[in-house]
Amino acid sequence: MVRGRGLSERLRRLAFAGAVAVSLTLILAPLVLVVWLSFFRNEILSLPPEGYSLRWYGALAEQHQFVTGFQLSALVALAATAAGLLVTLPAAFALTRGELPGRAAILHALMSPLIVPALVVGAGLYLALIEFEVETGLPVTGTVFGFAAGHVLLTIPWSLRLLTANLAGVDPSIEDAALSLGATPLVTALKVTLPLIWPGVVAAALFSFVVSFGNIEVSLFLVQPGQTTLPIAVLQYLEWKVDPTVAAVSALQIALVAAALLITDRFVSLAKAV
Amino acid sequence: MAALHLSNISKKFAEVLAVDDLSLDVADGEFVVLLGPSGCGKTTTLRMIAGFIEASAGAVRIGARDVTHDPPYRRNVGFVFQNYALFPHLTVAENVAFGLRRRRRPEREIAERVARALALVKLEGFETRMPRQLSGGQQQRVAIARALVIAPDVLLLDEPLSNLDAKLRRDVRAELRRLQQLSGITTVMVTHDQDEAMSIGDRLVVMNHGRVQQIGTPQALYRHPANRFVAGFIGRGNFLAGAPGADGRSFVTRGGLAIICARIDLGADTLLIRPENIAVHPGRASGVNCFAAVIEAAVFQGSAFDLDLRLATGETLEAQVAAGNAAADWTVGQQVTAMIDPDAAVGIVSSSSLPA
Ligand SMILES: Nc1ncnc2c1ncn2[C@@H]1O[C@H](COP(=O)(O)OP(=O)(O)OP(=O)(O)O)[C@@H](O)[C@H]1O
Ligand SMILES: [Mg+2]
Repeated sequence: MVRGRGLSERLRRLAFAGAVAVSLTLILAPLVLVVWLSFFRNEILSLPPEGYSLRWYGALAEQHQFVTGFQLSALVALAATAAGLLVTLPAAFALTRGELPGRAAILHALMSPLIVPALVVGAGLYLALIEFEVETGLPVTGTVFGFAAGHVLLTIPWSLRLLTANLAGVDPSIEDAALSLGATPLVTALKVTLPLIWPGVVAAALFSFVVSFGNIEVSLFLVQPGQTTLPIAVLQYLEWKVDPTVAAVSALQIALVAAALLITDRFVSLAKAV
Repeated sequence: MAALHLSNISKKFAEVLAVDDLSLDVADGEFVVLLGPSGCGKTTTLRMIAGFIEASAGAVRIGARDVTHDPPYRRNVGFVFQNYALFPHLTVAENVAFGLRRRRRPEREIAERVARALALVKLEGFETRMPRQLSGGQQQRVAIARALVIAPDVLLLDEPLSNLDAKLRRDVRAELRRLQQLSGITTVMVTHDQDEAMSIGDRLVVMNHGRVQQIGTPQALYRHPANRFVAGFIGRGNFLAGAPGADGRSFVTRGGLAIICARIDLGADTLLIRPENIAVHPGRASGVNCFAAVIEAAVFQGSAFDLDLRLATGETLEAQVAAGNAAADWTVGQQVTAMIDPDAAVGIVSSSSLPA
């Protein structure tokens, strides 16, 4: 009987390990494949490769649209991340700490960009910005401001989820302790609560950046002729040619995100925040 | 330091009346303990004093200040939480310094006062530790130092000992009493442990269902409980149902025993006799309040015997008698006489509440 139990236990462990392995493979295989492809020497993608080379990385620098696309994407992502945190930090405090009427409704409304297809968000935003331009005469479509205004909608749900979850995890009596020691609510938020949820804030910033940087659906509506973000540049390139250049772009993007994750993880434990 | 006055305060959460018309005056330097079963409104009362929640009705005064509508950060009240609630991202010294920094004290004064507070709770040398590197008892002491260092007008403690093991709890209890007397700070502590309350409080406030049942010294509550609830909550007791006798001196139980007693409250329907106020003699004896009984259970407790006695009327009494030598041991089935001390039996009303 004991042996029987041991056997079924071992089978269960084996099944679990198998499931983990399959999941990890599904997640990692595309990444590995992209990085691998980017080193192929042959121009037409085929397996097995004819040899390896770094020529596609060298070619990138000459592809003007990738360089300017990268610059615009990074700038927009930074602006959207900053703006998103400015909105979601106070919102998360109000939603978790205040006695806000209709909290659940507000939370759902702020999460809605996750449900609405990004293309619809992009189209709606485009119409709204055009209307805004007509009314005020200020050019916004195609500016970093216009892009950021659109992308911030995409970053808000992620950021808000992370921040509210982290805030809910803070023991309220710790904040009460600060209040009883003479700290005003603002000082309590800055000196006590914020340091405690800092990993969550960093995680929210990272998620926001990645979501904005990789977005294509909303950006497609906002670009002006001659303008491009990195994902749009990749899409356009793919319309003409399928060679390892795009794989090289993607590999660089993967390296960038991985580096960002590794560096921040040294300072704050992201595993705790997400 | 100042006196604390609660005047008819109530707190209503949605439908629950957590605290119902509570009045309490705590003298300057007094140590008062709020005692009662879980959910009776002790924490809610303490939080209203601290200002974490506002009273739905009534007034809270500290000294001459009416603080009823003041936020906690303007009340100058020290609070020690059940789970200590130390700031996990700050060192021990910075935890203690927190309140002084909010008061913008000069750096030198902060250093001095933090050092003195840590010395007071015997935590010298722990300044640079983080809270997670401390034992429960040490965290507790940091929490007390942090609350005391700001020289609060009132110190509030919510079950500060409940997370400590039994041995440590006794030590910290004595320590807490010492610190309180040393600093002379007006203190209100919450507990649901009656031993703890009796051993530490100048006065106790017994609560039930949000209402004060009785306020008084431990002796007064033990000897003259206002009602059955207080009598049952503070110490053990025998409760015999019945009514006052015609002679005005005795209480007649439902079984028909007439027991002479020291005090009979108006409308008394229950007689309280503490187990230690029943003397037990082997065999037959006669005298005031002597009743024949049979031992139904005898439990040896070391220094004493707990005896369950069945009287001729069928009523039962729990008695606690000092254990003598082995020759004087009690056995089940033994015929004995129970002698109830007339000075210690009190007729009480089972349901009245008399805030005194
Ligand atoms: N924030 C709140 N919202 C609604 N009801 C509450 C709230 N806080 C307390 N209550 C209710 O008020 C009553 C008193 O609660 P309180 O915490 O004061 O009890 P307590 O005497 O401290 O109990 P314990 O010994 O278990 O800590 C309880 O019925 C509780 O459910
Ligand atoms: Mg409580």
